[in-house]
Amino acid sequence: MFDLLWLVPAIPFAGALLLATLGSRMPRKAVAAVGVCTIAASAIVSILIAVAFLAAPPPGGAYTQVLWTWIDVGSFNPRIAFYLDALSLVMMVVVTFVSFLIHLYSAEFMEGDEGYSRFFAYMNLFVASMVTLLLADNLLLLYLGWEGVGLCSYLLIGFWYQDPVNGRAARKAFIVTRAGDTAMAIGLFLIYHSLGTLGIQDLMQRAIAQWGVGSSYAIAAAALLLGGAVGKSAQLPLQTWLPDAMAGPTPTSALIHAATMVTAGVYLIARTHVLFELAPPVQLAVAIVGAATLLLAGCSALTQWDIKRVLAYSTISQIGYMFLALGVGAWSAAIFHFMTHAFFKALLFLSAGIIIEALHHEHNIFHMGGLRRQLPVAFWTFLAGGCALAGLPLITAGYYSKDLILWHAWNSPAGSVVLWAAGVVGVVLTSLYTFRVIFLVFFGDVRTPVSKRPGLPIRIPVWILAILSIIGGYAGPPLLTFLKTALPAALESRAGALTETGSSAVTALAFLTGFGLAWLFFLSKPARATAVAANPVGSVLHRFWFADWGFDWLYDHLFVQPVLWIARVNRGDFVDAFYTGLSRLIEWTWRILRLTENGQLRWYAAGIAVGSVVFVAIVSFL
Amino acid sequence: MELIRYGFLLAGILFALGLLGVLVRRNIVFTLMSLEVMLNAAGLAFIVAGARWGQADGQVVFLFILAMAAAEVSVGLALLVRLYHEYKSLDTDGASRMKG
Amino acid sequence: MILFWLIVIPLVAGILAWVAGHHRPLAARWIALIAVSLDFALTLSLWARNFHGGWHTWFEQLDWAWIPSFGIHFHLAIDGLSLLLLLLTFFLGILSVLASWTEITEATGFFHLNLLWILAGIAGVFLAVDLFLFYFAWELMLVPMYFLIAIWGHENRTYAAIKFFIFTQLSGLLMLLAILALYFLHHAATGIYTFEYEQLLNTPLAPGVAMWIMLGFFVAFAVKLPVVLLHTWLPDAHTEAPTAGSVILAGLLLKTGAYGMLRFVLPLFPDSAHRFAPIAMALGVAGILYGAILAFGQTDLKRLVAYTSVSHLGFVLAGIFAWNDLALQGAVMTMICHGISTGALFILVGALQQRTHTREMERMGGLWTVVPRMSGAALFFALASLGLPGLGDFVGEFLVLLGLYRVNILLAILATLGVLAATFYALRLVQRAFHGPETHGWQIADLVPREGLVMAVMILALLWLGLYPKPVLDTFQPVMARLEQPLPGR
Repeated sequence: MFDLLWLVPAIPFAGALLLATLGSRMPRKAVAAVGVCTIAASAIVSILIAVAFLAAPPPGGAYTQVLWTWIDVGSFNPRIAFYLDALSLVMMVVVTFVSFLIHLYSAEFMEGDEGYSRFFAYMNLFVASMVTLLLADNLLLLYLGWEGVGLCSYLLIGFWYQDPVNGRAARKAFIVTRAGDTAMAIGLFLIYHSLGTLGIQDLMQRAIAQWGVGSSYAIAAAALLLGGAVGKSAQLPLQTWLPDAMAGPTPTSALIHAATMVTAGVYLIARTHVLFELAPPVQLAVAIVGAATLLLAGCSALTQWDIKRVLAYSTISQIGYMFLALGVGAWSAAIFHFMTHAFFKALLFLSAGIIIEALHHEHNIFHMGGLRRQLPVAFWTFLAGGCALAGLPLITAGYYSKDLILWHAWNSPAGSVVLWAAGVVGVVLTSLYTFRVIFLVFFGDVRTPVSKRPGLPIRIPVWILAILSIIGGYAGPPLLTFLKTALPAALESRAGALTETGSSAVTALAFLTGFGLAWLFFLSKPARATAVAANPVGSVLHRFWFADWGFDWLYDHLFVQPVLWIARVNRGDFVDAFYTGLSRLIEWTWRILRLTENGQLRWYAAGIAVGSVVFVAIVSFL
Repeated sequence: MELIRYGFLLAGILFALGLLGVLVRRNIVFTLMSLEVMLNAAGLAFIVAGARWGQADGQVVFLFILAMAAAEVSVGLALLVRLYHEYKSLDTDGASRMKG
Repeated sequence: MILFWLIVIPLVAGILAWVAGHHRPLAARWIALIAVSLDFALTLSLWARNFHGGWHTWFEQLDWAWIPSFGIHFHLAIDGLSLLLLLLTFFLGILSVLASWTEITEATGFFHLNLLWILAGIAGVFLAVDLFLFYFAWELMLVPMYFLIAIWGHENRTYAAIKFFIFTQLSGLLMLLAILALYFLHHAATGIYTFEYEQLLNTPLAPGVAMWIMLGFFVAFAVKLPVVLLHTWLPDAHTEAPTAGSVILAGLLLKTGAYGMLRFVLPLFPDSAHRFAPIAMALGVAGILYGAILAFGQTDLKRLVAYTSVSHLGFVLAGIFAWNDLALQGAVMTMICHGISTGALFILVGALQQRTHTREMERMGGLWTVVPRMSGAALFFALASLGLPGLGDFVGEFLVLLGLYRVNILLAILATLGVLAATFYALRLVQRAFHGPETHGWQIADLVPREGLVMAVMILALLWLGLYPKPVLDTFQPVMARLEQPLPGR
């Protein structure tokens, strides 16, 4: 069964290839069939492999499939090989399954679009790259998938290429993530240089043997990998690309946010967890980045009027939770949250897509309202997803995973009260902005009439995801046990002032606080919200948060403008000025000497005379 | 010694006068005449030198110069006639066509 | 003997094409195509025949006395490195003939004469192991290239052609001086007059003298490569040349510079080159960044592509002088892949210019709607150019960076930033020309089957090189291994 592992990335890749080459000549039905079926096949194969894995785990809890040697130079010989253990298995199953649902949804959602086959080609390639990333046995192959998802996000964000705004957002996404990738590439050089391998398992073993805890190599390597991870996962300070990435079609956003791309950073850190354990300062940095990001993004989400931008900031914030978990050594909790997040975030985007389609591409939540009765499908599914996102206690999946993270943030030796408190405040914020959207969109008066109702291929995936967003939390305990074969268990240290139940209660309380605030401000009396936003402090904060804490402005002035300026000024190439100057000099000399050739006999005679006198003088005096 | 000094001095002055004539006169007739003066100045220098060392070579060269000057003048005058025919003027600067 | 034919076939076919082209332009095209394909097949057969092992030595030789009294031989030899570069030469040769199939309508015969003679010159450069013959071949490629730019070029062709000629000719003279100095010094040391490569390898030289001679060679190859500061002929020549000219310039002529570094500068003067290496690496990295910034600033599509060559060849220079197994192999890999990816971009830009009569990106935009296949191909090669893993360029650049890191961490980091900078210009190329609103109302044809075939072959080649580069790496690995030997401990 495990022999089929290579099919999981290969089938979507083949689909992408087929659609890219022949897609424009295929009928739409065939395009959809290829696009959806390849991912379905891939999901089925991965589920079969998962079943086989659970039934009879391979020796050592991991299976490696070597396809061929990729590059073979001296001692540098990375392979094209796939590595399957509990971690990559869970990720692979979730990614392929959620992607399949999103593809199914897209088959109807994108039906009227001109670039139907192009869309599915990119989407398939996206999934293929992501699976390659997950299954890679060495960091170089992981880097291939890593760059591949970056590329596909670029292609899909800029899918409607005719609008320059989309092009700008796509370019921004690619360049910002690639800035992170640059750090990661340098990290790969460092790792290969000092450990002599890029094989993930080998390098972790050698790192333990050679580096020791807190060695500067380990710190540098982990910090550089973290650079790549914050780029892809849209964490501080490279989070700016993700809100703009909403320019792409909605299923793309779902794919980027739920299944592929942004979770790659989380996976990378979990995959190379040994390096981070060897570098405690960097692991602390991971936790701080996560905590800071979840707060910052939570605040920004409060101020957005574009429904997709709210969701984008919520993704940044939720990935922040995963980083927090990774930072305190709760590796499995991060993966658990990844799984529940994949369900409810895909769901939220897909139902947001239903709303946007139904309202003539209206993104502004203040123009929506009263959709509870108009679009019940969207309402119930969005509510399910929203509750999971906000962490409705005991019922939803999001609550369990988030609660687990908060408990570890408190309890782990690497955790602290500050991190825990940040997480709790994050829960308040999450619940506040989530219900702000729900109240504004589904309650109140109808502001825009509904024009289009979703068909079956759209309804099936959202219902499945809604169910998973609710029950997914109960999969927690077995999942965590299963992941123990690949990831070390979180350490426990200071029970002290707070018990696990106590922490859960605080989380539940935080949720209720957020919910209550949302009810106060956006449902019972919307005027209150306007009043808060109108007072001086409120309006400054509102503008500041709306503009993502000024990061875009800062980067624009710090990096973008200088590069553009240099490029513009130097368009003509300074170096060429030297050679042009040289040729000018020769030209001027020629112009001056040319004056003597004036065609006047007397002038020439004088020249001869003077020349002879000078010559005779030189000869006789030297 | 006196002979040499004054002879060469005279030749030099004559040569300089001829050169000056070539340089300042624009009329081609005068240019040719000045050239003749220069040639004769050179010839005088040869004769003086020949007399100084008692050699006939100086006079031989002078005769050679005379012959050459005759040839040169005939060519020069022929050009002069053609020039006048062409431009209706004897101004050398006006005949300049070689503009760089 | 097969080596002799490799050079003679294009020379003779060139004359035939010229004669035939007077009346039947199509005949000239076919003659050229057949001749280059024949050469390609011959080289392939050489590769196949020696596929298993034996790459480290000259596995095929041809040695005729030419001017024996001066020690000049007509001596050709081939090893793994030359073989791959020859394959690239004839591969791109075929594609350039195909790319100019409809572009060149005037003096077709003479055009193909020049094209084939350049190829013969390049083949000579890659094969010659007699320094005099090498110089002869080196000059042989220049003159027809001058004609190619000056006759069939675009608006500013005379300026570009003269600039190209002055730069390369002056640097060629420096090389001639260096060769002669080596020749006489070898005689002074051993009493033998010879231009033979293998014999000159072991010429004892005083360190100061060796440095000067090495610099003579270095500058000649640096102009061709081009190293930053000496690069300014390149954008003009590439931009003004006809498509085939640009492809050959970028794909092959630049590689002769890199080949010269690998074949002559490092082995002939190992100590001087070693001392000079930090400067050369710094120049390479400066070229990577400077070229990328320049490329990003351009509005002329072809000029943009031309400047990317400066950037990519910076990797080659840095890799060569980083001088370890990873970097050297990466450098050669980059040479080969850059030839294909940039060549393909030039073919695309040429095809676009032929249709729209402009190279200004401001006048394009939204072409994806009009010519989707062409745009898809452009996207692919732009991605190759920005070093996307899975495509050939990535393998080369990654190996270079890995090797460079071993020698100098700071330079490796700066060079990695160059990879990031490549994103800027590659995206600019795609988005300015092919994305955006379609406002100009272009009514142009998409790739015709001939062009589609060319593109497909190049795409497959890059994918192959990116995913399974082992056969190629294995072919030149022994040559590179030999290069490392004179410096133990590195």
